[in-house]
Amino acid sequence: MGNNLTNLTIAEARDGLTGGDFSAVELAEVHNKAVADARDLNAFVTETPDVALSAAKASDARRAAGDVRGPMDGVPVAIKDLFCTEGIQSTAGSHILEGFVPEYESTVSQNLKDAGAVMVGKSNMDEFAMGSATVSSYYGNTINPWKAATGENAGKDLVPGGSSGGSASAVAARLCLGATGTDTGGSIRQPASFTGIVGMKPTYGRCSRWGIVAFASSLDQAGPMTRTVRDAAIMLGAMAGHDLRDSTSAPVETPDFESSLGQGVKGLRVGIPKEYTADGMPQEITDLWAKGAEWLKAAGAEIIDVSLPHTKYALPTYYIVAPAEASANLARYDGVRFGLRVDGESLDDMYMNTRGEGFGEEVQRRVLIGTYVLSAGYYDAYYVKAQKVRTRIAGDFNAAFEDVDVMLAPTAPSPAFAIGEKMDDPVAMYLNDVFTVPASLAGLPAMSVPAGLSADGLPLGLQLIARPFDELTLFRAGEALEQAAGFDLPIFSGGED
Amino acid sequence: MSYIIQGDTGDWEVVIGLEVHAQIVSNSKLFSGASTEFGGESNDHVSLVDAAMPGMLPVLNEHCVEQAVRTGLGLKAHINLYSVFERKNYFYADLPQGYQISQFAHPIVGAGTVILDMPDGSTRPIGIERLHMEQDAGKSMHDQDPKRSFIDLNRSGVALMEIVSDPDMRSPEEAGIYVRKLRSIVRYLGTCDGNMEQGSMRADVNVSVRKVGETDLRTRCEIKNVNSVRFVMQAIEVEAQRQVEIWESGGEVHQETRLFDPAKSETRAMRSKEFAHDYRYFPDPDLLPVKLSAEYVDAIAATLPELPDEKKNRFMTDYSLSAYDAGVLVVDQDTAAYFEDVVRSPEKGKTRDAKLAANWVISNLFGALNALGKSVTDSPVSSQQLGQLLDLMADDTISGRIAKDVFEIMIETSRDPADIVEEKGLTQITDTGAIEAAVDDVIANSPEQVQEFKDGNERIAGWFVGQVMKATQGKANPGMVNQLLKEKLKS
Repeated sequence: MGNNLTNLTIAEARDGLTGGDFSAVELAEVHNKAVADARDLNAFVTETPDVALSAAKASDARRAAGDVRGPMDGVPVAIKDLFCTEGIQSTAGSHILEGFVPEYESTVSQNLKDAGAVMVGKSNMDEFAMGSATVSSYYGNTINPWKAATGENAGKDLVPGGSSGGSASAVAARLCLGATGTDTGGSIRQPASFTGIVGMKPTYGRCSRWGIVAFASSLDQAGPMTRTVRDAAIMLGAMAGHDLRDSTSAPVETPDFESSLGQGVKGLRVGIPKEYTADGMPQEITDLWAKGAEWLKAAGAEIIDVSLPHTKYALPTYYIVAPAEASANLARYDGVRFGLRVDGESLDDMYMNTRGEGFGEEVQRRVLIGTYVLSAGYYDAYYVKAQKVRTRIAGDFNAAFEDVDVMLAPTAPSPAFAIGEKMDDPVAMYLNDVFTVPASLAGLPAMSVPAGLSADGLPLGLQLIARPFDELTLFRAGEALEQAAGFDLPIFSGGED
Repeated sequence: MSYIIQGDTGDWEVVIGLEVHAQIVSNSKLFSGASTEFGGESNDHVSLVDAAMPGMLPVLNEHCVEQAVRTGLGLKAHINLYSVFERKNYFYADLPQGYQISQFAHPIVGAGTVILDMPDGSTRPIGIERLHMEQDAGKSMHDQDPKRSFIDLNRSGVALMEIVSDPDMRSPEEAGIYVRKLRSIVRYLGTCDGNMEQGSMRADVNVSVRKVGETDLRTRCEIKNVNSVRFVMQAIEVEAQRQVEIWESGGEVHQETRLFDPAKSETRAMRSKEFAHDYRYFPDPDLLPVKLSAEYVDAIAATLPELPDEKKNRFMTDYSLSAYDAGVLVVDQDTAAYFEDVVRSPEKGKTRDAKLAANWVISNLFGALNALGKSVTDSPVSSQQLGQLLDLMADDTISGRIAKDVFEIMIETSRDPADIVEEKGLTQITDTGAIEAAVDDVIANSPEQVQEFKDGNERIAGWFVGQVMKATQGKANPGMVNQLLKEKLKS
């Protein structure tokens, strides 16, 4: 029974709860156990079995009284530790926020709570969402449940991608039915690709950023990580919505995303951006990309070659804009009001001690980069130039979307790599984001759908990118890709099973 | 009139520009819903946003935008329909975000003008470079504990307007008049209460000196956070003197931030340029650019009150007041309204003597209110009561001298002047018989003086007038007394 319940999709759980096949408490219990059994993955910074159980009880009671709050009611989810959760430690993966217990709940996690979702824990992540492997967390790295069957990494512990690696591993390992992630430059899509799940970054402004620890404010966006496209549509529906507390939240209606499914892609124009290749990218990824295009074509879509000429500037642009914003966003972690304080002889000493001990190496590197690119004398050459390039990149997409409805590209230039790899080479690590960063800079909705396996048996995702606020088309195309790929997420054996 | 510092090497002039920080009148802060009320316990008025808790986001208070536009219009300034909030980055314990949200490259208000009303009645225009909105910081308290400093975030996030002048002022006096005029304008507009003692208005004063005749500016120093008009003027005086002494002794003035110490009457360096912050301004990605429509600005312009300059001109034209009197009366909106109430007679189509009214308001009323420590809004004498007093003089019921006595009683008791005059029997005696009797009495009782007069000492007539006025408790019509005395003494 337990295994069966953890294998459900959100849509199946909804139907089972509606049909009375099982209760929310049962769902919560098996997932609480799964979380506890899978501690070797280190997918969670904080487990919240009691919170899950009481939320599940409340859900069952509501259901018994005929008050069901929608498809997420009673569904166990993980919340990335970047979201502030009332009364529950929220660390952002950082030492500097160790022990920080917010008195408030982020809008997105509150929306999920209001929809009846059951939180099983706060998932691990790269510190302040800065990373592509979930190796920079102060609370230890997260392990990908997948193992390579062959090749140089065979049998080794692999990274789950990042920064939402805890959420990705938790969903892939069936510790919850869905999880929230946040995506600044690929932090939902790349780990989804690495773990064989669906990771969806909505249009910038679709989900409120209020209560999410800020990394790069003009890029950060929350989104769902699930095992199916339909689940992503269901979960996004419960997360999204205009929020007056976030000035960049878009005053748009939240459509019924699930309604876009089941329509097929006949007549849909799918763009293949020719610039989405990287040096040293394995042929199997190029091949999978071509296969994806064939699948969609076979399903009735029209495949059109498009050009996004400024793509090659996206990564350097991103690594100016994001650190610049981060350098200011992280200034508030000064040891004065919350989190870690390391005393010193003077106020300046206290700042330096606190931030020196509280921030990890990657965070310090980005704060330094950000401070540098904003400095007098460098501002125009870096920050201003990067903003101009960002406008060009968005312009590329606008132009291309004149001819196509959605674009298809690889999600990441490689499958999951081994823990410890790329650790001493920040640029190699940054290259993980090369295909995800352009849509982030343009604020576009994008989704990684598991599409196949590498020669070594590791999952590979394909990425779909749509027009602003056209998530419906994204889900529609994603479903077609999912059906054609017929990707099977294995059931990973837990620690003691 | 020029302000010149005479040095050993020649005459120096001082060049002054002011950055005035004016707290916007608003119930809540610039980017949060927390109260802006003055006072309260430390950290009483602090929202999660003001304390910069993780994940908190600023949301612009639209009322503050309206207030800034209104102020810009009052400064006859260009309103920028596109403006941008940026982050000004620096670390300090009372700056919870680690950056101040301010406007930098794109302020909401551009160039404007403030007209100074000089004591000699002339005017002098001072250029306004810009006005931008920004949030205030909190307050560090170093006197609460021997070892630790405490932080009060009540002011953190309060909306300020920074009003930057051109370096157009040439004397401490002009700077003082400028601050007063600015205060008068924002009070008229209701956009800042102008209370410098509560910190809702304070000035950063930029001072440099140069030889008379030089056209280039020399290095300036900025004196931070001066919180009264008097201190602004004093700070300029001592700073200009300091700089002249440096230049004349062969030294060089370094650009730096200084503090004015009123107790020692000196300025002291806070930090010099080598330690100056690189504020690394960049547009705040949490906030959208502020885009205004011309219609929005026009709608605010339509609600602007008559401002001090227009009111002054109208007073000079309509009431034939001197520039000085008009200038004094319009400094404060309530005073101007009081004055106009005094002039306005309840009798339809009739007005009272405006010059007389202005004199009474400026010398008598202001003097009395000053002594009481009261303002015109809580004056014990209402505008209509003062008007009635003027009426009693106009119809010869009382003399000007008696009016002063009556006014004193009015100030003490708030009673109507007619009641006081009647009760105390102060009505002017214009009855010829009564005055004649008093004159006769005085003449009869003063044979020696009568003889002196008859011997040719005509100057003694004044003594007789005094005696008659004394006998009538000052109520006798002075003209009639003179006339009768002349007749009787010569007869």
